[in-house]
Amino acid sequence: MELLSNPWPWWAAGILIGLTVPALLILGNKHFGISANLRHICAACLPAGISFFKYEWKKEIWNFFFVGGILAGAVLAATLLNNPDPVQIHPALASDLATNGIVETSGLVPSDLFNLDSLLTLRGFVLMVLGGFLVGFGTRYAGGCTSGHAIMGLSNLQWPSLIATISFMVGGFLMANLILPYILSL
Amino acid sequence: MSTTLKHTQPEQFQHSDLEIRSVDTMCVNESNLSHPWWYNFKYAAAGLVFGVVLVKAEIVSWFRIQEMFRLESFHMYGVIGTAVMIGAISVFIIKALKVKTIYGEEITFQDKKFNRGQIFGGLTFGLGWAMTGACPGPLFAQIGSGALVIGATLISAIAGTWVYGYFRDKLPH
Repeated sequence: MELLSNPWPWWAAGILIGLTVPALLILGNKHFGISANLRHICAACLPAGISFFKYEWKKEIWNFFFVGGILAGAVLAATLLNNPDPVQIHPALASDLATNGIVETSGLVPSDLFNLDSLLTLRGFVLMVLGGFLVGFGTRYAGGCTSGHAIMGLSNLQWPSLIATISFMVGGFLMANLILPYILSL
Repeated sequence: MSTTLKHTQPEQFQHSDLEIRSVDTMCVNESNLSHPWWYNFKYAAAGLVFGVVLVKAEIVSWFRIQEMFRLESFHMYGVIGTAVMIGAISVFIIKALKVKTIYGEEITFQDKKFNRGQIFGGLTFGLGWAMTGACPGPLFAQIGSGALVIGATLISAIAGTWVYGYFRDKLPH
């Protein structure tokens, strides 16, 4: 049990995530891709006559079950398999965060940044609301996210997925190194 | 938000359901089987394992994502690299041996065409990824792990997808 509740090594996680690809294919010819769910939610709730959202979303409900499973799995991991020790963080990151008053590092997301009160501050609003918007807009514009392009697409040797994955990384490097320090100081 | 003319296509441009679903989506498929809805619980089981991994390997940790983009940790590169390797070997085997689904259906793959959206959208998503520390899957995992406020991020991501759909015709692809 202790083996399971300690943080899992990268190779174990990589193997299990990689096996998600054949698992979904063999269970029913389903292609791993999570951001499509955001589109299916739009198609189900507010298609508004937009042709991009006018399709039979019920054919894709398997994917809602898949993310439902993710949600349940996360609950399980955070309760039964919870690791009581503090999360290890690179000292340079920890000190950069501390200069902006972000010192609580016990959770998966820094509770000093991501909480209900900060949602109404400029910094919190930019990170959570604008950040989320960019995730939803960008993944659909790119035609997929880390699962659809970086894992499934690269596994199927699709070169457009390689371009998308490189673009994800470039965007992330720009944000984390050049823009985020400014946002954190807001 | 009423139905506008520019989004209704003339009759000759009407596309099949699968074609519309395929637009700007990496992963679609069509099955002729029809099963009771609860057959989908097998995908929930796969998602459950995936969700546990996301949290236990700290892939959904905002800190790990920062470390990845600041080149301070090998962890995420190891995870994604291993996953792609295992995924690629699996896809190769499935294609080579013509492996069927558990219902005996053929497993199919579609090639993805390049468009500039993969660059523009990819950059946009990358910015958001480093801000929120989450891609779409991890958003659900962060919420499940107890960070309920990330529900606001999820709703905003759905709004982002909707806005993309609304302006899709005007964006360069």
